[in-house]
Amino acid sequence: MSPAPRRNHRPTQLSGPDGTTVPVVALKHRERWILGALALAVFLWLAFTMATNPNIRWGKVAEYLFFPKIIDGIWITLMISVLATVLGLVLGVVLAVMKLSANPVLNWLSTLYIWFFRGTPVLVQLIFWYNLAFLFPTLVIKIPFTNVGYLWNTNDVMTGFTAALLGLGLNLAAYFAETVRAGIQAVDTGQTEAAYALGMTPGKRMRKIVLPQALRIIIPPTGNEFISMLKTTSLVYVVAGNDLMTNASQIYKQNNLIMELLIVASLWYMVMTAIATFFQSKLEARYGADAVRLVRKPGVLLKTVSAAKSATPRAADDVAAAGKDLS
Amino acid sequence: MNAQPTEGIRKASPPAQRGKLHVQASGVTKSFGNHQVLTGVDFTVASGEVSCIVGPSGSGKSTFLRCLNALETYDDGTLLVEGRHVGYEFREGRYYEWNTKQFAAFRSRIGMVFQRFNLFGHFSAEENVACALMEVRGFPKAKARARALEELGRVGLAEHSHKRPHQLSGGQQQRVAIARALAMDPEIMLFDEPTSALDPELVDEVLEAMKALARAGMTMVVVTHEMGFAREVADTVHFFDEGAIVESGPPAEVLANPRKDRTRAFLAKVL
Repeated sequence: MSPAPRRNHRPTQLSGPDGTTVPVVALKHRERWILGALALAVFLWLAFTMATNPNIRWGKVAEYLFFPKIIDGIWITLMISVLATVLGLVLGVVLAVMKLSANPVLNWLSTLYIWFFRGTPVLVQLIFWYNLAFLFPTLVIKIPFTNVGYLWNTNDVMTGFTAALLGLGLNLAAYFAETVRAGIQAVDTGQTEAAYALGMTPGKRMRKIVLPQALRIIIPPTGNEFISMLKTTSLVYVVAGNDLMTNASQIYKQNNLIMELLIVASLWYMVMTAIATFFQSKLEARYGADAVRLVRKPGVLLKTVSAAKSATPRAADDVAAAGKDLS
Repeated sequence: MNAQPTEGIRKASPPAQRGKLHVQASGVTKSFGNHQVLTGVDFTVASGEVSCIVGPSGSGKSTFLRCLNALETYDDGTLLVEGRHVGYEFREGRYYEWNTKQFAAFRSRIGMVFQRFNLFGHFSAEENVACALMEVRGFPKAKARARALEELGRVGLAEHSHKRPHQLSGGQQQRVAIARALAMDPEIMLFDEPTSALDPELVDEVLEAMKALARAGMTMVVVTHEMGFAREVADTVHFFDEGAIVESGPPAEVLANPRKDRTRAFLAKVL
């Protein structure tokens, strides 16, 4: 349905053909009311069947909502999300610069990395890192040709937490590299020419002139990557990373309150996503994302959550998806 | 030409260098794929001289200008700028290709003003001017800032120093770009159609800034379609066509009494 044209002012009366003032009859939009009512009825019916379902013990949901193990899981989830995103962003920038480099080896390696990490499921990567000890029972960092260095037992290092960090971070880097590359390429070549003409080296041009301007294009998707990461961390439960989903599943495996704990986890994921969405909108405002506004319109969710002006309907979808991932 | 330093304008190059050749090109060629853009350019600019390059679009004049500060490579011929072979260092009977540092050091001595201004979009006018002073010349922040304000004052934009490029008119942006290039104390200034992207009413303010610069004795190479400017300011006008200079001389000769048919045909269209 195409949106009706909006008017700021709807006159209640206008001057008529004979010069006298004539009242204006507003258009009733009957089909809008009918469709709205139908959609609302379906929604209320779904909500009602969920809320009144005798098999869901809402008391238990409330009981487990602030259960210590759940709260601990939230912190781990946040920590994994933040650290994996940071790892992904830093590595993603490096990969993007490599991909745009004139050095064919760097270029090729970057392409290979991106192909490999985008071509394999993140779940496989998580399990791979978790089981790294099968390939390398010990990890050694030492000065070559000497015995000076450190040695770790791989199983001590590759906990669920570190496996999650590596798996999610390295995976994000592959996707993020493409975003950064697009951002860098979107910066006008005139900027590069001006930087060179002033006597900057290629490195200075990239750091001082191109990357800061590419940020305008890179930052908005970064927020989305983080929001998506918050929920992707739930995969970590296959390697027992002690995150929210792992802890929730450990509880329901003991007491069999599967639905109740999934609802608890979903509620927390939704809260985290909403907060992340709020900060994303701040970031976008900060970076004067004119380009972003062209492709996205303000969403309803953010208007209610914050007074921030720009928001994303995409983020609202993410909140809805947060529940879906877990169901 | 009269190169007396005028008050408020940049000082002229030292008299000892007067007459020294800043640019010496002979037989410079360049191809993009199968298309030969430069077919053999012979060109000289002496110190303190203002050289205007005119000619039809696509004749290779911008490409040649970009060769002068090594933004573009040339295929063959000799190109000496400030007595240095552009892109190569001559040592022990061999030409060694420049590394990135040598390119950067060379370009930092040559000012360039672009058709599309190319101001850094994430910086204010002042930061645009100060940026290269800090990054390339290693000025401390306060000194770079003071110098930037001084240069912006010279082009009459002191009170706009805090504005971002998109808040400035095209003419103002181009004047910031001129200030940015001058802040580096260039030996020579290159202008690549500096007024072609401007609304007609904004052209004069940029030309005035360039005239002031010429009066102060700056060595300038200007690719332009502004015949009035060329007539008034240029010491030498070069007519460029099909990748080479067809005719050179004082503006009174080349623009008023062209000897070559091609020059005459071109001038008949633009004048």
